[in-house]
Amino acid sequence: MKKETARTLRAFLIELAIYSVLVVVYFFLVLHFLGEWLVQLHNRYAYAVVSILLIIGQAVLLEAVTTLLLRMIRGRSE
Amino acid sequence: MFFPISNAHISPIYLVVVGFLIGILGGFFGVGGSFIAGPALRLMGVHWNFAVGTDLAHIVGKSVVAARRHRALGNVDLKLGLLMAVGTIVGAECGAQLIQVLKRAGNVDFVVSIVSIVVYISISSFMIWESRKTLREGDARGTAKTISQKKKDTSAFRHVTDAIQGFKLAPMIKLPVSGVTISLWVILIVSFIGGLFSGFLGGGAGYIRMPSMVYVLGIPTHLAVGTDLFEIIISASYGTFTHAIKGNVDILIALVMHTGAAIGAQIGAISTQYFAGPKIRLAFVPLPLIGAVIVIYTLISGHKL
Repeated sequence: MKKETARTLRAFLIELAIYSVLVVVYFFLVLHFLGEWLVQLHNRYAYAVVSILLIIGQAVLLEAVTTLLLRMIRGRSE
Repeated sequence: MFFPISNAHISPIYLVVVGFLIGILGGFFGVGGSFIAGPALRLMGVHWNFAVGTDLAHIVGKSVVAARRHRALGNVDLKLGLLMAVGTIVGAECGAQLIQVLKRAGNVDFVVSIVSIVVYISISSFMIWESRKTLREGDARGTAKTISQKKKDTSAFRHVTDAIQGFKLAPMIKLPVSGVTISLWVILIVSFIGGLFSGFLGGGAGYIRMPSMVYVLGIPTHLAVGTDLFEIIISASYGTFTHAIKGNVDILIALVMHTGAAIGAQIGAISTQYFAGPKIRLAFVPLPLIGAVIVIYTLISGHKL
């Protein structure tokens, strides 16, 4: 039981480290350019639709990334 | 980091950490966490209207992650969630109209503050009484050991729930995932009230909807958490859209907050597997109390957090 907990914690910490690197890269590569584009989007309805699509798209993407990372790390440690 | 839409300078690390904490709460309790996110954004100098709209956008993303994880664990009743979304959206619109009426009367802040303090304290008091009583009775019978035993919910308020389920006004809705058959009108009334409070007090009102799903509809706690998150996706998307049209959403802040919330929401969702329903409900008790403390502080100091 203790071994299993330690393995889960180790997998989680590795996942967190890789995830942090990906998030920093994402901040600089995507959000930086996205900000300029969004500011120039003057149509409020278009901005509302883009906002919803961006947040749902990011949610699906991040959930897939974290699930994949965890599966890969767990797969390697077993 | 500069956010040009709301014209604010905020550390991305701060936003990620706040998102992470709210994500854990959301994944575990099925709440939006606006009572923390709103003040956290305000503390960084984000204008009130942007704090409300941006918080809603972030709630959408966090709820997508948490609801997907809960769905994988079998904790989402899609049929119930869709039905509740209808009542919530109608209720939220009525709540917003009520605010407009009070604004015209000139005493909106005082009335909203008093109502929210009474509601928050009532929910916490009731839940602490019910969950402790249920846990004491459970201890007398022997506690649940496995995950499936933990998901089989019990409540000291069960006799009232049974009476509500006995209210046979057509159309009756069968919810096989939740194991409940109940009148559509009860579902709509519960979700309407949740929506009304959401429009009236702000935020997603998960602190009202999640307990009412358990105590009024008789949904097991784990399913109430997952289904509430699914329902929040729909109602918060609607709220985000209407706020974005009014220019109240800084989607960049929401996206940065959400990178932390995505991890937190998964931790919260997975953690529910290790706790029985009454323990989740007992742990829920401080959340409305935090909301009450924030409102009391606002009322006394005059600073809107």
